[in-house]
Amino acid sequence: MSNAVSALNGEVHKGFAEVAEAGLQGMITLRGDLSSAKLKKAVKDATGCDVPATRRIVMAGDKAVGWMSPDELLLLVPYAEAAATVASVEAALAGEHALVADVSDARVTIRIRGEKAAEVLMKLCPVDFPSLAEGELRRTRAAQVAAALWRSGPEEFTLVSFRSVAGYVMGLLEHSARSGSEIFTA
Amino acid sequence: MSTRLATGGRLIDRAKPMSFTFNGRKLGGYEGDTLASALLAEDEMMIGRSFKYHRPRGVVASGAEEPNGVLGLGEGGRFEPNQRATTTELFEGAVTRSQNHWPTLELDVGAINAKLARFLPAGFYYKMFMYPRSFWKHVYEPFIRQSAGLGRVPKDRDEDRYEHTYAFADTVVVGGGIAGLTAALAAAKAGQRVVLIEQTAHWGGRAVVDGVEIEGEAAEAWVKKAIEALGAMENVTLRTRTMASGLYDHGYLLAEEKISDHTPGDGRPKKRLWRIRAGRIITATGAIERPLSFAGNDIPGVLLASAVRDYVVNWAVSPGDRTVIVTNNDDAYRTALVLLDVGLVVPAVLDARPEVKGPLADAVRARGVRVLEGRGIAKVKGGRRVTGVSICAHAGEGSEIETIACDAVAMSGGWSPVVHLWSHCGGKLLWDEAQAMFRPDASRPATGADGEAMVVAVGSANGILRADEVLADAHKAAGGTGDAPNAAAEAEGSILPVWIMPQGAGYALRMKMWLDYQNDVKVSDVQLAAREGYESVEHTKRYTTLGMATDQGKLSNINGLAVLSDALHRPIPATGTTTFRPPYTPITMGSIAGEARGEIFQPLRRTPMHEWHEAHGAYWEPVGLWRRPYCFMRSGEGVEDAVRREVRNTRNSLGLLDASTLGKILVKGPDAGKFLDMLYTNVMSTLPVGKCRYGLMCTENGFLTDDGVVVRISEDSWLCHTTSGGADRIHGHMEDWLQCEWWDWKVYTANLTEQYAQVAVVGPNARKLLEKLGGMDVSKDAMPFMTWAEGTLGGFRARVFRISFSGELSYEIAVPASEGLAFWEKLMEAGQEFGVMPYGTEALHIMRAEKGFIMIGDETDGTVIPQDLGLGWAISKKKPDYLGKRAQERSFLADPERWQLVGLETLDGSVIPDGAYAVAPGTNANGQRNVQGRVTSTYHSPTLDKGIAMGLVRRGPERMGEVIEFPTDGGRVVKARIVSPVFYDPEGEKQNV
Repeated sequence: MSNAVSALNGEVHKGFAEVAEAGLQGMITLRGDLSSAKLKKAVKDATGCDVPATRRIVMAGDKAVGWMSPDELLLLVPYAEAAATVASVEAALAGEHALVADVSDARVTIRIRGEKAAEVLMKLCPVDFPSLAEGELRRTRAAQVAAALWRSGPEEFTLVSFRSVAGYVMGLLEHSARSGSEIFTA
Repeated sequence: MSTRLATGGRLIDRAKPMSFTFNGRKLGGYEGDTLASALLAEDEMMIGRSFKYHRPRGVVASGAEEPNGVLGLGEGGRFEPNQRATTTELFEGAVTRSQNHWPTLELDVGAINAKLARFLPAGFYYKMFMYPRSFWKHVYEPFIRQSAGLGRVPKDRDEDRYEHTYAFADTVVVGGGIAGLTAALAAAKAGQRVVLIEQTAHWGGRAVVDGVEIEGEAAEAWVKKAIEALGAMENVTLRTRTMASGLYDHGYLLAEEKISDHTPGDGRPKKRLWRIRAGRIITATGAIERPLSFAGNDIPGVLLASAVRDYVVNWAVSPGDRTVIVTNNDDAYRTALVLLDVGLVVPAVLDARPEVKGPLADAVRARGVRVLEGRGIAKVKGGRRVTGVSICAHAGEGSEIETIACDAVAMSGGWSPVVHLWSHCGGKLLWDEAQAMFRPDASRPATGADGEAMVVAVGSANGILRADEVLADAHKAAGGTGDAPNAAAEAEGSILPVWIMPQGAGYALRMKMWLDYQNDVKVSDVQLAAREGYESVEHTKRYTTLGMATDQGKLSNINGLAVLSDALHRPIPATGTTTFRPPYTPITMGSIAGEARGEIFQPLRRTPMHEWHEAHGAYWEPVGLWRRPYCFMRSGEGVEDAVRREVRNTRNSLGLLDASTLGKILVKGPDAGKFLDMLYTNVMSTLPVGKCRYGLMCTENGFLTDDGVVVRISEDSWLCHTTSGGADRIHGHMEDWLQCEWWDWKVYTANLTEQYAQVAVVGPNARKLLEKLGGMDVSKDAMPFMTWAEGTLGGFRARVFRISFSGELSYEIAVPASEGLAFWEKLMEAGQEFGVMPYGTEALHIMRAEKGFIMIGDETDGTVIPQDLGLGWAISKKKPDYLGKRAQERSFLADPERWQLVGLETLDGSVIPDGAYAVAPGTNANGQRNVQGRVTSTYHSPTLDKGIAMGLVRRGPERMGEVIEFPTDGGRVVKARIVSPVFYDPEGEKQNV
C-alpha cells in the first residue's frame, strides 16, 4: 500500500479556475437492495451516512455515500480504510444478496475550484449547473468519457472518472480552464 | 465610385483606423467595419468572380445572405476560405484575397466561359459528360476538378483552438433585433430562464438603421435601454456574435459563437459551439430582401436596397454618387431618403407598380426625385461596375425608353422571412399572396416532446414587416403581460410581385437575369429545366445548381421557385420551397470538433505502467482506446528483431507482459452460476473455488464473441476475464441480459477492469522470480496449473492466477492499479538475475499462435462459431441451454462443409500473407477463382524458425497432410500443408511444470 500512487500523482493546472488531482481516494461499489434495513445499517456503520435519495450524495466528515443507480451506491472513505471497509460491509451484509467491491484504484478524482469552476465543466458535461443542487450527484460524461460530479464546496466541484482516462480528463479540464476562455466575462 | 462619407457611420470608430490587404494591396478601414464595408469604402466594387462564368462579382448584400463577397482570409495556420465579407469584422492586419480567378482578379482566363454561356446551360454537366464513357476519366474529370470549387483548401494545421458549451434555457430567443428584444423582455419578466443570441456584434437589427421610433424615442436609444434591462436580470444570458445554426429534435439548438475571429491570436478560443437544450425557441430572425431579376442584375454596383441603407448608415459608405432605385414595394423608398439625407443623388426611383401612392413615395417625390411608375430596368450597363441603366416599361418586353447614367443600383423585390429555424424540425410554411412571401404557418409548427409548438416565429421572421405590429407580435408570442412597446410606423402600399423584369422579357434578356449569383444560375436556366421536364423544385435545384452555393440560396430560392412556377403555369405554393436544413450559415469544422484535437482528440487509455513502457522503447499498438506495447525496441533494433528477441527470451528464460487491459468483471449472487452457464458455452457453475477455467461466449446467433479465463472467487462470486477490447462490451452484454431478460435472477456485476494492474510473468524462470519476491507458495503442488491464490507477494496485495496463453510456465498477477508501476519495477529489478525482459503484444500473438490458441478478432470475425475452431471441447453437451446453442443447431452452422480451423505449414518455410485465400478448382458465377479457405493468423515463428499460420479451411481437420495453394500478390503461389494448429509443445509439458 505504501507503493500506491494516484493516476496523475497530484497534477495541478491553474487557469481561470484551478483543476487538481485529489490523490488517492477510497471508493467502494456497493450493489444491493437500497431499501433493506440491513444495508442501510451497514452503510451507516461504515460511513456515518444514511443511504442517499435518488441522485444525491450524503457526506459525513471524510466519508460520503453517493447514489449511483437504483441498486448501486458509491462509498467514499479514506484510501487506507477502503479494504477494511469492504470487509466490514461484506460481513454486515452476510446472507443478503449484495456485491461489495473496492474500486479505489480504478478511478481518478479531480477537484475544480474557483468562482468560475462551473464554467470549466459546462464546456464538457451536458449538465445544467445552475440547477445542480447542493448535495446532488450527477452521473454524466466529460466530453467522450463517463464521469460523476458533485458540488464539494462553495466554489468547488469534485469529478470522478476512470483511472485509465485520467490523462484525457485532465487534458480536457486544463484546456477548458485556460485563462481567456471564460464563458461569462462580466 | 464607392467611397467613405466624411461624417456618420454608427458602427465605425474613426479614431481607430485599421489597415488590411486585399490581393496584396494595402487598404484602410476603421474599427467597426466589416470586410465588405471597408472594401466598398476603398472603391473595391469588384471583389471576386462567379463560379461558372467567372463574371465580375461585387458585394450585393450586407449580411449572412451575401452570395458574392466571399474571400480567402488570413494566412498559414489561420487561413480560411469562403469567408463572408459582409459578416466578417475587420481587424488590424487582415490579409484578404479574392477567389475563383486565374491568373488575377482583373485578368481572368475563365471569364471566357461567359462567352460560351449559350453552350453551358442548365444541366450542362449531365448532358455533356455522359458520352463517350472513357472521356470521363481522361478529359472531363480533370477539367471539372481544375475548375471546381471556390477558394483554396487550408494546407496548414489550424493554429486556433475551439470549445463547446452546454446551456439550458426555458426560452432561447434567436435574433437581437427589436422583435427579439421584445420577446426576451417579455419572457424574462415572466420569470423564465432566457438566452438571447444575435449573430452580429450589434443589437437592434434593421430598426436602428431604418429610423424606427419606439416608445417615443429613436430605436437605437430604446435598444440600448432594453439591453441594459436584460443585462441586469439574473435569468437572462445575452450573446452577440452567436449564430443559431440549427434546431434539432427536443429543443436542441446549436449556435456558433465567434470569440476571437476579430482579435486573432489573442489566446482566446476562436469559436465556441453552444449546445443548448431549450424549452422553446423564439425565432426573431428577421427577413431577407429579395433581388429583382433584370438583365445585368449581377454587375458590381447592383445592391439590395436595404444593404445600401446599411452601408450608408452603419459604416458611412456611399455606393456611388448616383444611385438608381428599382423596386416593387414601398420599403425601398427608405433607401432613397437615406441617400438624399447624406447628400447623394438619386436620379430616379423605378417602380414596377403602375401607380404609387403613400407617405414614403410622397416624401421622396417632395425631395425632387423622379418616381417613374410602371417602369423597370431593361438592362444594366457596365462590365466590372455599373455605368448606367436603360429603362423600360415593366409591362413590356424591354424596349429602352431612356438611359440613366449612375454608379449604383439599389433593388428591392420584397422581403422573405428567415424561416430556417422554423423549418429545421418540420415547421410548415404558407404562401402569403398579399405580401408575396412564404411565412411560417402557426398552425403547423415543429412540435416538441409534449406535442406543443417547439418553435415560435415572431416579427419579420413571422412575415410581419411593420414595426408596431412586429413589437405586438413578439410581445404576445413570448407571453408578455400588459401592453407591448409601441412604435410609430408609416403606412405602406401593397407589393407587386415581380419575378422577371420586364415581365415580357425575351431570351436575350432572360439569359442575363441572375438568380443565383455565386453559381451562375439565370432565369433562362430554370425555364430550360422546366421545359426539360423538371417539375419538383428539389430536382430543379440540383439540375441547375440553384441555391447550392455557399450562401445556400438565401437570395435566390424564392425568386427561382417563382420563375419555375411561372414556367410550369402553376401557383407558387404548388411548387413549394426546397428543404431548409442546418446549418443556417456554414459553421467551421473546428467548432464541431471543439476541444477534440491533438492529445485530447479521443480518450487514450493508459495502464499504470504506460509511462514506464514509453520510457523503455515501447512501439505502440492501439487496442480499443488503449495503447499497448507491440514490442520494446532496443537501440539498433528493428521491430521484427525486437519481437523475435522477446519471444526467444520468454521461451528460454523470463518475460513480463503488461496484461492490465484484460477485462475483469466480477459476477456475484445466488444465481451467478446459473447466469454464467447461460453466458458461456461450457459449465462455470461447477468450477471449484480456487480454480480457473477457459470459457467462450457467443451471441444469440451462435457466433463467438469473446473468450477468457473465468475464476471462481468464492461460493457465490466469479471473476470473468474478457479480451482487452471486449471488457465494456461484455459488461454491457451481461447487464443487458440481467436487466431486460433475466431481471428476476439474483446477480450483480461490477466491471473491475481498471482496479487492477495485471502482469503476466512468463517463462521457465517465472517461478524463480516469484519465489524470490516471497510471501506466497507458488510451487507446482501448492498452485497447480489453472488455479489461483490471494496473498501478499513481495509486499504487494496480490491475486496470482496460474494460467498461460503462451504455453510456458506462467503466472498472471493482479495488484491494485495504484501499485502497478511499483510492482512492475520490482519484478524488473528482481528478475534481472533470471534474464527478465518485457514483451509486447506481437510476441504474445506469436507465442499463442505457436500453441494454436485462437485470438478473438483474428480467428473470429463475427461469422465464426466455436465449432469451426475445434473448440467443441469447450462446449457443454449436457447443458439444456446457453446463449447461441439453438443458433448453432441451424443447418447452415451445423454443415460439415464449413471452413474449420487448421494449422498451415508452408512447404518452403515462408510466411503466407495475412488474409490470403486458398484456391479451389474452377470458377464461380462471377468468373472468379473458387476458394476453399483463408489465413486467419500468420507469423514467422522465432521458436521454430519458419512460417506458421492458422486458417479456416473447408472440412480442414479431415484433410491433414493435404497441400493447398495460396496465390499472393505478383502471381507467386505459396503452397502449405494442412497440419495441427498446435505447432509447439503439443503435450503441454512446458506450461505444466
